[in-house]
Formats: sequence, C-alpha cells, structure tokens
Amino acid sequence: MSSRPILKLSRITKRFGAVIANDDVSISLAQGEILALLGENGAGKTTLMNILFGHYAPDEGTVSVDGALLPPGQPLAAIRAGVGMVHQHFSLAPNLTVLENVMTGTEPLWSFRSARTGGRRKLVALSERFGLIVDPDARVGDLSVGERQRVEILKALYNDARILILDEPTAVLTRQEAERLFAVLRQMARQGLSLVLISHKLDEVMTTADRVVVLRGGKVAAERMTADTDKAELAELMVGRRVTRPARAAAKRGAIAFEAAGLCAAGAGAAPLDTVSFRLYEGEILAIIGVSGNGQTTLADVMFGTRKPDAGDLLLHGRPFEGGSVWAVHEAGIGRIPEDRNREGVVGDMTIWENAVLERIRSPRFSRRGIVDRAAGIAFAEQIMAEFDVRGGTPTRRIRALSGGNVQKLILGRNLLDNPRIIVAAQPTRGLDEGAVVAVHDRLLEARQRGAALMLISEDLDEVIGLADRVQAIVKGRLSPPVPADRADPRLLGLMMAGDWQRAGDISAGEMAHAS
Amino acid sequence: MRLEKRESRSPALMLLAPLMAVAVALVIVGGLITLAGASAPEAFLKIITGAFGSRLALTETLTRCVPLILTGLAAAVAFRARVWNIGAEGQFYLGAAAVAAVGSGALGTILPAPVLIGLLALTGAIAGAVWLLLPLWMRLRFSVDEVVTSLLLNFVALLIVSMLLDGPMKDPLAFGWPQSLPVPDDAMLPKLIERSRLHIGLLAAIAIALLLHMVQSRTVFGLQTRATGLNPDAARFAGVPPVSTLIKVACLSGGFAGLAGAIEVIGVKGYVTSDLSPGFGYSGIVIAMLANLHPIGVVAAALYTAAVFIGADSMSRSLGVPTAIADVTVSLSLLTMLVAVFFTQYRIRA
Amino acid sequence: MTELTDILSAAGLWAAMLRIATPLIFGTLGALIGERAGVLNLGIEGIMTFGAVTGWLVVFNGADLWVGVLAAALAGMAFGLLHALMTVTLGLSQHVTGLGITLFASSLGYFIFRLTTPAASTPPTITPFQPLSSAMPGIASLFDGGFWGAVVFSQTTLTFAAIAMAGLLAYIIRATPLGLAIRMSGENPHAAEAQGINPVVIRYGTVMIGSALMAIGGAFLTLSAFNSFFPGMVQGRGWICIALVVFATWRPERALFGALLFAFFDAFQLRLQAVLADSVPYQLFLMVPYLISILALIVMARQARVPQALMQPYRRGER
Repeated sequence: MSSRPILKLSRITKRFGAVIANDDVSISLAQGEILALLGENGAGKTTLMNILFGHYAPDEGTVSVDGALLPPGQPLAAIRAGVGMVHQHFSLAPNLTVLENVMTGTEPLWSFRSARTGGRRKLVALSERFGLIVDPDARVGDLSVGERQRVEILKALYNDARILILDEPTAVLTRQEAERLFAVLRQMARQGLSLVLISHKLDEVMTTADRVVVLRGGKVAAERMTADTDKAELAELMVGRRVTRPARAAAKRGAIAFEAAGLCAAGAGAAPLDTVSFRLYEGEILAIIGVSGNGQTTLADVMFGTRKPDAGDLLLHGRPFEGGSVWAVHEAGIGRIPEDRNREGVVGDMTIWENAVLERIRSPRFSRRGIVDRAAGIAFAEQIMAEFDVRGGTPTRRIRALSGGNVQKLILGRNLLDNPRIIVAAQPTRGLDEGAVVAVHDRLLEARQRGAALMLISEDLDEVIGLADRVQAIVKGRLSPPVPADRADPRLLGLMMAGDWQRAGDISAGEMAHAS
Repeated sequence: MRLEKRESRSPALMLLAPLMAVAVALVIVGGLITLAGASAPEAFLKIITGAFGSRLALTETLTRCVPLILTGLAAAVAFRARVWNIGAEGQFYLGAAAVAAVGSGALGTILPAPVLIGLLALTGAIAGAVWLLLPLWMRLRFSVDEVVTSLLLNFVALLIVSMLLDGPMKDPLAFGWPQSLPVPDDAMLPKLIERSRLHIGLLAAIAIALLLHMVQSRTVFGLQTRATGLNPDAARFAGVPPVSTLIKVACLSGGFAGLAGAIEVIGVKGYVTSDLSPGFGYSGIVIAMLANLHPIGVVAAALYTAAVFIGADSMSRSLGVPTAIADVTVSLSLLTMLVAVFFTQYRIRA
Repeated sequence: MTELTDILSAAGLWAAMLRIATPLIFGTLGALIGERAGVLNLGIEGIMTFGAVTGWLVVFNGADLWVGVLAAALAGMAFGLLHALMTVTLGLSQHVTGLGITLFASSLGYFIFRLTTPAASTPPTITPFQPLSSAMPGIASLFDGGFWGAVVFSQTTLTFAAIAMAGLLAYIIRATPLGLAIRMSGENPHAAEAQGINPVVIRYGTVMIGSALMAIGGAFLTLSAFNSFFPGMVQGRGWICIALVVFATWRPERALFGALLFAFFDAFQLRLQAVLADSVPYQLFLMVPYLISILALIVMARQARVPQALMQPYRRGER
C-alpha cells in the first residue's frame, strides 16, 4: 500500500434547502487503500459519494483525482478520471444482456457499429482477473442478486476505474456471498485499485477496511486506522452516544395465539411458500430471518390477508381460520405492519387521518351506511399522533409531509392503539434513523409485555437478537426449525440463513428440542 | 435552471392555474385569428355574444353543455382511479343507439312517460358501461393497456351503430338517410325553457356532478377509489378489492358516457344518426383535465367548452375564420392546463 | 372458393398491401423508437393528420413533392418537440399529453387547411408521387405485364423508403452504440445517466425523429396514396400503429412484418367486401382492422418485454 493520495475531497459543503447534508467534509484516499465511510442513515454518506461521482454539484469545496480537479456535477468527467460507483440499488437494465449493460456509454455514440467482440474479450478478461465470473450474454433479469452485483462492479472496471465506490454492498447479500465479495475487494486493493466502502455494518468495516472515516450529521466525526480501534468505539462515534437497544424483560409465554401447518402459497413475482409451519405464542416475539427474496414477502402477504394460501391449515386461537381477506385478518384482531411503508403502508397524497382509517374504514366506528365519519377519523388520528409521538403535521395534512420515522409511528399507532392480540411486523425499522428505531422497538416490546403474540419478519440481525424470543429462518420458501434467541449468535443465524440447518441444528442441539 | 417541487400547494394557486391556462390558450388563439385576417378582440367579442348574447345563444350553449358535463364526468371519474377510458365517444354512441332501439320498440308505446324515460336513461348507461367493461376486462385478463383498446373500440362502436342504422334500425320514412326510428314523444325529456332546445337533462347532469362530488368526498367508496388511483398497492394492502373497485369505476364512467348519448337522443334529437356526436367523448377528456378531475369543476369546464363551440361557430360564420378554431381553442386549453397544473406543483429555480 | 383464390392470386391485392402498409410502417416505427427510449407518443394520430395537411399544402402551393415530405417531417418534429417538452422536461402524463397533442395537431391542421384552401364541392388535387413504372420506365418495362411488375413497380419511392427505414432502425437499435443508448434510456434512465448518457437528450431525439416519421406517414396519404386532403382521412391509423408497436414487441423488423400482415388483411377484406357486398354489411369489413389490432394486443401483451421505463418520467437527481 503506497501513501500517494489518489483522491481528495476538500471542504465539501452541500445544502438541500434548509438541510445541510455535508458540512465542510474533507477526505483523502491513498492508492491501494480500502477506506470505509461509516455513518448512520442520513449522516451524509450517500450525498458525499454522489458529489464525488458528479451526480450533484457541491455548494462549496472541490474534488480532485490524481491532483487534477474534477468539474462539478458531471458524471462523465468522474468516469473518465477513473471513478466507478457501485450503487446500493443496482443501476441495471434487466431486459438487456450483461455485455450490453456493461458497454452502455463506453463507445462514441455515433459509431456505425458497436465493437462487441472486443468488448466481450475485455469483459471476460476482467472477470477472470478479479474472480467476478458471470456469463456476458445472460439477460441481467435472469441473474441472482450476487451476480448482478458482479455486473455492477464489472461495469466500473470496464470503464478503467481505479477508484471504486461501493455503497452498502452487502445489504442484499447472504453472509457467504458477502465474504466472497470482500475477498474480491481485498484482491482488487492488492492489485492497486483504491476502494471506498460505504457501510453502517461495523463487522465488515473492521474486517475489510484499512482506515475508517466516521460521518455524523453531515460532518466528519472521526478518522481511525482499523488496527487502532474496535467496534465499540466506532459504534459510539457513529451514533454520538451509547446506544441502548431495549432490554428484553422476561415475559410469560402464554397460549398459542396463531398456528400455521403445512402452509403453501404461490408468490406474485416473489418466492412461494413451501409447506411452512410455525406457532405464535402470546407474550412472545417470533422472528423470521432470511436474505431478502426467500419468501418473506409471500409469508407476510398471507399473514396480512392479501394472499390466500393454496394449502395448509391456519388456526386462530385454536379455531380454523380462513385467511385470504384483509378484512377477516383485521377483524381477527391481527395488527399489520407492512414491509414497505411508502408502497403499501400509506397513500402519500391522502391525508394523515385518511391513512389512519383506510384499512378499518368499513368498521362502524368510522363509517355508517357507506358514509365516512370524518370527525371520528380525525379524532382517531389525533389520538395516534398524541400517543405515538407522531410529529410534523396535523390530521388533515397530506401524509407525504411526514418523515419516514413519523410515517412508521403512525402505521404502528393505527395498529397498536386498539391493543391487538396478534401483530405481524415486516421489516418495521428498515431505513429509519436510530431514534425512530428505538421508538419502534419499545412499542413492539410493550405489546409483547401486555401479552400480544408477535411475528417479526426482519433482515436486521441485531434487531432480531435484541427483540426475539425464538427465531426461524426462511430459505427458498421453507422455514427452519425454531431456535431460542438467547442462544443465537450471528454465526448460528448466518448458518440458518444460508440454509445449513443441519449444522445450525448441531450447534444449538439441545435448545432446538425444547424450543418447539 | 431546474425544477423544484413545491412543499405545499396554495389554494389560490390552484384556482389561478386554470384561469392562467385559459388565458394563455386564448392569446395563442388570438394570434391564429389574426392570421386568418380577422380582428382578435372583435372575434372574441363575437364568440362571447354568440355563446351568451341572446336567449337562443344561451339556451343553445346550455343544451350543448349537457352531454359535455356527462362525458367530462365519465373521464374524470375514470382517470381518478387510473382507468384510462378514452372510449367515451363509442360509449356515447352505443348508449344513444340502445335508447333508440328500446324506445322505438313496443315498450315505448305502453309505458307511462316517467317510467319510460327512466328506463331509457338506464338502458343508455348500461350500454355505455358494457362497452367500457370490455377493455377493462382485457386489461385485467390479458394486461392490455386500455388506452389503445378503448380508443380502437370507438371506431368499432361507430361502425356498429352505422350498421344498425343501415339495417334493422333504419327509419324507412327518412328518405334514405341512415337515421334510426324516432323514440315516441312520451320518451322525450320535458323542456326547461319553452321554445328552445334546452331540456331538463341539464339539471340532471348538474345533479349527477354534485352527487358524484359527494360520493367521492364523503363515502367509503369514494375514499377507496381515490386510494386505488393514487397508490394501488397501498389500497390493496388496506383491503380495498382492486378488481371490484375498478369494475365499479368503469360502470360509473361508461355509464355516464352512455347516459350522455341517451340524453342527447331523448333530450334533443329524438333519433340517432351517425353524426350525433361532434366528438363529445374526446371533449370529455379535455373537460375532465381542465377541471383537474373535480366533478364540480367539470360543470364549469363543460360550460367553457360549450361556449367556445357555440360562440366560435357563430363567430366564424360572420368573420370567415374556419370553425376548426373551436377545436384548436379547446385542445390548446388542455395543453396549457397540463402545464399550469404542473406549475402548481413545481417552481423553476435559477 | 374460386373467388378466394382469384383474390389471392391477383397482383392488385399484393400491390394494395404494400400501399396500405406504407403509412403504418412509418407510423409504427415512429412510435416504436420513442417507446424504446421510454416515451409513449399518443400524439401520433394528430401528427399524421398534420403531416398529411402540411405535405399536401406545400405541394399544392407549387413546391416539389420531396419538399412537401420534408415540410411534413419538420412539422412533425415540432410537435415531437412539444411532446418531449411536456413529457420529458416537465414529466407530465404521457397518455394525456399525447391525446392533447392529437386533438391540437389535428384541429390545427384542419384550421390551416380551411384557412388556405377555399371550400369547394370537390377537393382540390395535386399531382402525387408516380409509381416506379413511370419514374424508371426502362427497368419497369422488363417486368411489364408480369406479376412483379404489377406489385413492385406500382409502388412509389416512399414505400421503399419505409421498408428501408425499418431495416435501418433495426440495425441502429440492435448493433450500434446509439441503439444501446436508446434502449438503456427506455429500460433504466438512471443507469444510462450514470454511464455518461443523457437520457433526456436521447428521449428528445427519439421523440422528435419518431414524430417526423409519423408525419411522413401522414404525408404519404396525401402525396402518394391519394392526391387531396380531406378531414378524417387518417381514420385511426395512428392508434393502429400504437397497437402494432406492441404486436412487434418493440422491434423494427417485426414492426415491418406486422404492418405488412395487417395491410394484407385490410387489402384482402376490401376485395372480399366487393364480392360479398350483397350479403354482408360493409361496416363489418371496416371493423376488421380495429378488431385485428385489439386481437394483436391480446396475443402479444403477455409475452412482450415492455421497456421497463416506458411512461416513467425521468428527472435528474429524483428517484
């Protein structure tokens, strides 16, 4: 590793209206170095990288590569200077082939013929050199998530990138896929590439990076060599205070509130469910973990009443339950917290009170003979907003005006206000800032405390370890046997998520039996 | 220079937008009139007097309003739930033909007038609704975009009507003109004003607009359709049945368009010809957009459109400006309205 | 049965097929390249009408036929620019804007036509494009009297231009960097932007070129197929083109095939109509094109790979 700075960001400031996303940030990157940019959601990491890559022009400050200034706000200039970016959300066209995705924009637009043969040769050479194996002629839509990420990296390398920026690269990968990726990244650094790894996962930062820059509130909070620090210090620097996940008080496990046996369901564009069985007990949180796309969505749909199971039995408090209808699920007293609050949870252009009552509008409490009781709806929304600390609007304002955390609190509130006996929450804290996460966790634990049965579908292992009593992993639409959460360390959960239930079972051998 | 989303929309701006849009459209139309060798101020004056200046003008404008309100509502109710019904023209014709077929038959002679009128109105609405359910079914069953199918079905509907007028529905007393048998006098709507063509259909259309507004703003159905239109995924999650909501909306939308045809027959003409509609269905789309899909706004936009058509007709006769200027005015108003609505949501930042 | 074989073996049928297909090929290609870049242009019906008026008027006032075609293309481009301004820059609904442009372009076309051409009982005429047989009598005489002579040499240059255009666009889209840039803009404009391609420019370009092709398709009607303009002459051809784009699964070579197939049915029904005039109402035959279009949509809609970003506005920095 040489110490020659290949990339310098000097005194970058970027404002969006009244919000300062980056405040006087300076960072430098040496050749052959892996630098981690650590920070919570909203700390300004992504804005900073978008400035570096020319998607945004900074209000103040400069970016230079190899000592030469980059013109602000021009992605092409960044590409030409050798900067490549691998976005968290892949920027690929599923209907085009790998080669076509990679070659877009690499040739003069007005050439009479695209140099496919040469392009393919270069692509194959690159993928062999770095161990990024993928078929150049495959349609990207047919590839797995891990393969698509390889295409993203190859795209940058194809443009002769010497500086590679990876934005949350492991967010969608299994543990095994992630480990493979880190091996590739270290290999790249050894061959002289310089990498910036944007992350909020402490483990991967500690194992992969040479140096860490911690961003907080848009400013550089600290800079450390990974050799000189540890996870605890980084966590504290990142949050700016000691984080306390809610402590799990022991709750008394009650009767079986909900049971599924041999459940099968087709998925609409999602993985189907394959003979799934589980039990929800009162006063207990059952967590369903897994890498996204393994059937979580279909499981949630069945629990939410938006999908009818094809086979299997559902029992609600011991009695057969039909399912397949949102109204029936609602009437059964099951609270529903959807996976994607903006897509399914709320209608952005409707008011806060309308969003509060939409799923229970048929109840006589909010409508009579088809006429909406507006006053009752507004009162309900006011009650939620007061009790769940929803800030940023009044019931008659459009919900679009609220922040993500406040929207989630409203969704939580409209479900929890009536003390449901069963609660299904899918990814309830995804994309929320730390403060909102704590609030959501508190509420879920509170519900458990008063005896509700909870199903928590989550990809955040810290969350699962902090909240759950028992854990089942979902892999290719099948559920693993349950494991008690107090025995579940990240390694065990990793094995479960990878589908290696045999080994996972060996590790938690004794516990398995009495947990189910 | 770039566009920035406004944080809130002021009510004043929302009200000002359509007025600005119409003003800009009229300035451009003024240029075209000047190009045609007439004086623009004089032409606009003639349009206004031609539309409102006399008892005859006023009643004609209001008579023209009736089908336009209904086709405007047809488009507005559908677009709000993201059902792209571009087929109001065909639904209009089938509604009209169904009314003429039923009304000129045996039923027309035995039923008392109020029952007959009610029955005929319902017949027209059902015919129109069926003609929209067809493309909706194709969308739900085969995922075919209903924009193109409902458009293509306009041509098919017109040909069906033309075929009926040549065949089973032909009036033998019409000197060979393709014209349907007339409905009996009992089926005709009472006049609103004596010695004019203005009939009580106007009150019915306005009442329907008010009723629709109440339904959309106060009822469970209104809330649910609005949610479906704005965010179908969230509506589904909240237990709004997507298919049946779309079907209900299509029945309303196609029903309004069919009713427009029915009322044009039993209110004005008494029979069907294959040129019964000078593009009422297409104008309905413009009217709905001018009204920003608001039912009460539809009434105002329909009045504007009717006035442009009736007024421009008389203006062009006296000043020699081609009558197509009316269609130019209305379609241009649509385009400027789209831009105006955009600027209620965005502002330009240097 | 003999009537059927008579119709099928007559050169007239196949010549009519090529003639009927020509405006459809232009229109379908025009709509197709816009959609490939992500913009649906429902202005097509009006733009074809306006092209028909413009081309005819320019020639009627003494200009060369090709100047008429050029004028139509430029007029089409102007409406394409308007459509792009509203749908690409402002990100307005492509459906509604397109319909608005159709209404505006056709009414403006009628207005200008009426303004410049006094009303007369028989519409004024021009001398349209001549068939190849009279344009190049030397070669044509070699095939004189034969089947191919009657089919191929009865066409005008514009028909061959349409077919060549399909080949050219197929090549551009499949094999050139520009074609890849167009496809990427229609599949994922954010990715295109990240790879140094400006999807806004691509969308403006394809919509304007596409609109020019639509207008040329309209001009074919007044400068080649007929020799005069009359209101309503486009007769829903634009909408049929929109359906043909889906039928062609967004590929120019299939668009050519689809337009020819469609035109074959149309030409065939016209002849069948003459035979069956007494027993079947003519309106049933006239319905055939629209019904075929709907059928084509149903057959292809499920299997087609729709450009992923079709009808999605793209604004820089907004996701």
